[in-house]
Amino acid sequence: MSNKNRAIGDWLRHHLPRLVLSPSVAMTIFFVYGFILYTAYISMTKSKMLPNLSNFIGLDNYGKLWKTLNWQVALDNLFIFGSLYIIICGLLGLFLAILLDQKIRTEGFLRTTYLYPMALSFIVTGTAWKWFLNPGLGLEKSMHALGWESFKFDWLINPEMAIYTVVIAGVWQTSGFVMAMFLAGLRGIDSEQLKAAQLDGASTLQTYWRIIIPQLHAVFLSAFVVLAHMGIKSYDLVVALTGGGPGRATEMPATFMYSYTFTRNQMGVGAASAIIMLMTIAAIIVPYLYAETREKNND
Amino acid sequence: MTDTLQANGVSSARFWRVALYTTLIVFAVFYLLPLYVMLTTSFKSLAEIRQGNMLALPADWTIEPWLQAWGKACVGLTCEGINSYFWNSIKMVVPAVVITTVLGALNGYVLTKWRFTGHKWVFALMLFGCFIPFQIVLIPMSQVLGKLGIAGDTAGLVLVHTAYGIGFSTLFFRNYYEAFPSELVKAAMIDGAGFFGIFWRILLPSSGPIIVVTVIWLFTNIWNDFLFGASFAAGEGAPMTVALNNLVNSSTGVKEYNVHMAAAIIAALPTLLVYIVAGRYFVRGLMAGSVKG
Repeated sequence: MSNKNRAIGDWLRHHLPRLVLSPSVAMTIFFVYGFILYTAYISMTKSKMLPNLSNFIGLDNYGKLWKTLNWQVALDNLFIFGSLYIIICGLLGLFLAILLDQKIRTEGFLRTTYLYPMALSFIVTGTAWKWFLNPGLGLEKSMHALGWESFKFDWLINPEMAIYTVVIAGVWQTSGFVMAMFLAGLRGIDSEQLKAAQLDGASTLQTYWRIIIPQLHAVFLSAFVVLAHMGIKSYDLVVALTGGGPGRATEMPATFMYSYTFTRNQMGVGAASAIIMLMTIAAIIVPYLYAETREKNND
Repeated sequence: MTDTLQANGVSSARFWRVALYTTLIVFAVFYLLPLYVMLTTSFKSLAEIRQGNMLALPADWTIEPWLQAWGKACVGLTCEGINSYFWNSIKMVVPAVVITTVLGALNGYVLTKWRFTGHKWVFALMLFGCFIPFQIVLIPMSQVLGKLGIAGDTAGLVLVHTAYGIGFSTLFFRNYYEAFPSELVKAAMIDGAGFFGIFWRILLPSSGPIIVVTVIWLFTNIWNDFLFGASFAAGEGAPMTVALNNLVNSSTGVKEYNVHMAAAIIAALPTLLVYIVAGRYFVRGLMAGSVKG
């Protein structure tokens, strides 16, 4: 055994933890941050079908993007979808959690039932709802068969209403998860406080409104962040349910990015839209992560 | 007087109780109805679907749509059913989940028990990576997969899912090991145990729950992914979700709704099974992925 070998052994032993971590760190730097920079650069070039690194045009693609009608439609749709999706999922989730918190005998079964759509792919959800809402053979026909002859439900093929079918399917998939988040929050509340309030003669409704719901502010924040994040990224559900149509009635930023990059040969504009999506999500996620990790460290 | 008051109180309490259960059941129906309709549709003939009521049980039960979906339905240009795509998904999910879980466990171990200056920054970098919209990586990733010669291949998807799964698996294990007593680790160090020895003999034996949570979370997410599959493996190597979408949204021929529903249930079955068998761990994973830190 020479000294040199022992020195190498010591060096290895000392650096082993960081060596073990390094492949993951290298992958993250390359696949996350390197790729973000690459896409940012592509967004400032005149790339069409393929990346074209030599043709730098500054921020022209961004100007073009904001003037593109499809992008404006996509943003309008994201606003409609996103706000309804977040509000309905949040309220429904809270409502169901409060109901389930009333010492329900079949709570386990109901909880499982409300949450199972979360285990499905958005493609499966989209396929199921596309069939369920099929204007010819779906819900409409069933209602007619049950005797409600005048019932009409053609939202899937109605450009004015199609975006709301995406909301319905999205709420169906995610609201159970929001319910589970609120239920966990409710179970964490000190029951002594509730007993005291009830002894003071507060009704159940008052107890919830004045004492319980204000204590759930952290859950509201988490639910908002999770839902906003999922809403901005939503691609699969739109593809499976409406394909962005009819026409461009359900175009969203995620479908816009995909079609401009890969099928319309406007890769520069597509990259610019991806950058806008990233910045929107970062504006929500970064302050949240910062606050969450700081809280933990102060404990 | 007091008797009637009390009786009123009791009957009003009973009224609220009935209203409560009714509401809960109505919502259970809302969540179950699409699944019920998928199931009944998948056991009906196309003729019965055209004539009958979507909500009715099949008059003539048939498993033909399931056989069609599995072995004969046309996905793209080939008409051999979805079974090969189902196996594609398995070939993609299993290695990706194993690699990502192992790396996440080791990362979590280093980031909690072998800390170095800047460990927080490393974790923050990986954490932010979990939440990027994946649209941001599609263009460079298609270039890289092309250069490596694994575009359109399951191997390419394994790489992609590993690269973007590590952040979450590291997060799960880091938070779990954070609560693991460091005294045990220090005592083992004094006894002369090495880096891997400590991990293998002290941390791993008590990591059961977090391994289950991580594996379920990764399995569900990777199995259900559509964006990466559609971007990087659209042909023969496509995963199940992409094949399902191609089957349902192909514009040629008669729409075989019963076959579509059978295929959709087959695509949903693995994750549904996991949810039914290990729902508790599934929910814990969801929570851990949303309430971070």
